[in-house]
Amino acid sequence: MNNFFKKEGVKSILSSVLCILAGILLGFLIMIGLSLFNERTTIESAFKGLGILLAGPFSSGNSAYIMTNVGDMLFYASPLIMTGLSVAIAYKTGLFNIGAAGQFYMGTLAALMVALNIDTTGNPAMGILVWILAILAAMATGMLWGAIPGFFKAVFNVNEVIVCIMTNWISANVVTWLFTNMPDLINRGAGKSGYLITTAVTGNGTPKLGLDQIFKGSYIDMGIIIAIILAIVIYVILTKTTFGYELRACGSNKYGARCSGMSEKRNIVLSMAIAGGLAAIGGALYYLNPGIELKFDTAYSQLPAYGFNGIPVALLAINNPIAVIFVGIFIRFLSMGGDQLTSAGFNKYIADIIVALIIYFAGFSMFFKGFITKLTGKKKAAASVSENANMAVKAPDPEPEGSPSGDGQNTGKEADAK
Amino acid sequence: MIFMLQKTLIYTAPLLIVALGGMFSERGGIINLALEGEMIFGAFCGAISARLFLESEVFGTNMQLQFIVVMAISAVCGALFSLLLSFSAIKLKADQTIGGTALNMLAPAIVNAFALAFFNMEKIQMPANFAGYVIKNPDATPIEQIFADKAYISTYVIVVVFILLSIWIYRTKTGMRLRACGEHPQAAASVGVNVFKMRYLGTTISGALAGLGGYAYIATVANGTAESSIAGMGFLALAIMIFGNWKPVGIFFGALLFGFLKCIGPIYNSVDFLKNLGLPMYFYNIIPYVVVLIVLAITAKKSGCPKAEGIPYDKGMR
Repeated sequence: MNNFFKKEGVKSILSSVLCILAGILLGFLIMIGLSLFNERTTIESAFKGLGILLAGPFSSGNSAYIMTNVGDMLFYASPLIMTGLSVAIAYKTGLFNIGAAGQFYMGTLAALMVALNIDTTGNPAMGILVWILAILAAMATGMLWGAIPGFFKAVFNVNEVIVCIMTNWISANVVTWLFTNMPDLINRGAGKSGYLITTAVTGNGTPKLGLDQIFKGSYIDMGIIIAIILAIVIYVILTKTTFGYELRACGSNKYGARCSGMSEKRNIVLSMAIAGGLAAIGGALYYLNPGIELKFDTAYSQLPAYGFNGIPVALLAINNPIAVIFVGIFIRFLSMGGDQLTSAGFNKYIADIIVALIIYFAGFSMFFKGFITKLTGKKKAAASVSENANMAVKAPDPEPEGSPSGDGQNTGKEADAK
Repeated sequence: MIFMLQKTLIYTAPLLIVALGGMFSERGGIINLALEGEMIFGAFCGAISARLFLESEVFGTNMQLQFIVVMAISAVCGALFSLLLSFSAIKLKADQTIGGTALNMLAPAIVNAFALAFFNMEKIQMPANFAGYVIKNPDATPIEQIFADKAYISTYVIVVVFILLSIWIYRTKTGMRLRACGEHPQAAASVGVNVFKMRYLGTTISGALAGLGGYAYIATVANGTAESSIAGMGFLALAIMIFGNWKPVGIFFGALLFGFLKCIGPIYNSVDFLKNLGLPMYFYNIIPYVVVLIVLAITAKKSGCPKAEGIPYDKGMR
């Protein structure tokens, strides 16, 4: 039995790695294609671009910047880990939390309302207290905000995707609306338009814990440590507690869970609330850094990318909270490489294309895993994943109707799972 | 008042056609979460071809013909892009929400990367003379003005396509088969319907309509700018489809309602009555989303959601 679990874990990681490799390969082909049609670039620059992407933060020519880049990578990864966790825990309960962007905004809103309104300059102890207060405020707001889609799903049976999207845009408008009416918080410095002041002004930014001494010149603070701790906490809750078991049971088979006396509705609302709280802490961690300023005046027209990028992180991590840490850092690793791509004559959006392609392949990889679980005769969370994975992985058939004859045998199980 | 109704129609048209696109995909059994991405991609291809046409003056001064041709190109591009979703969802039986999400991320990345590589901008702006798209009849009677002044030919095209396709899905053999594949694909297959083909058909039509709607949106509402975001219109269309209970008539009224609510935010400043209320724009921006939530809460219980939606077709399952 132990052996089997090991094998499954290995296969999961393997399929994720395959997705990543396929995505990078296709991205490389796109770079080759682009280089042929653009006089600024040649085939060699495509290879150079690939090298830069694979080197990530280490691709900077100047070794003095490498530590800075690594520190920045870790800093930018922490909100990503939080939104990834948010999507992952909802997914475990069978919910698709596409509302992490809105929850991220609500967390930002609450945290900055607290931190920027209380000036603690010159009083570090008070600063830390206010900082904790800001994080808690963000968490509470995010939990309430995240509970809305859960509530609609549980009580009215409204698809959570739609409610999440609606609440996203509502929160985006609320952020701009509220901060527009708070003139004290607006940065009126020269050349600044539409930015808020930062926690550098009020002296209650996220503590650095000396990390800025290691990664000199980077934004890094203890946010990454908090993100890692929270990921472990979520992992323990999901795998080691009754509550976590209930959440997962509702995700695997809500009818089964209901028959066993679990309150499916309660679990849906709680799962979404936790998801909302996590995404909101992500927003708080990002904007409580003394170096990051919020551009609030255009916030209403654009949702934060961090919210949506949590989805690929969770998918690639196969919703495993521990894997979310590594995937979050990995995605930032790719993006750091993407930011350097201009030196090879390409633009940073190539990295975005690669991430999107990786997710596209992740759709197949999930049922590659489902195939393995099925092979070993184990019915598991692969319920939403189709059965005949072998067909996809081995040989896509040109004839739509030409599925291998094997898929007939597996169908009883899927019917049970539904 | 006339101005508001004109604006309502302009905002309604893209929502209407994209929501219908969503319906075609879902009635066939595939959740098309990628409407947003398909709109972005269609709009992007449309903007590029419109630029080329305007620069090379292929259509001379006949702006309306050019508009229609570009809409057709956008539709084809949207359909091609949606094949990525069909392939993963139908052929490989992958999770449909993941495929849709991937497409929604892919489209903006492609737009940014290619626009930057070939046009040195993160978005594509159509030349100023695309303003010739607008039809002006300032001297008409008020009723005629609503429909024919400051109007766009895209609105008429969209209404015609909407009516034809609505009839098609309800009154033809193929349309009925498509709907059967969304309700009970095994039953459909048992009477000889090729479920895979039908689902490809539904999703491809869906992608074409989304691409068309995407270009109509940027040409009429978004000042001819194709960029990496289409302001959540695809998702709003998805909401309208659910609001319309997966039926054309419901979608029609839903799109009208949300076209009206959605246009208030951008234009409230030029309507005296709303301006005098003294409320900020953000308030009006929020209204359509809040209304969607309330309406869904009331109507969702008796949902007409296709039963096999989101479930990959498995021949052996009965």
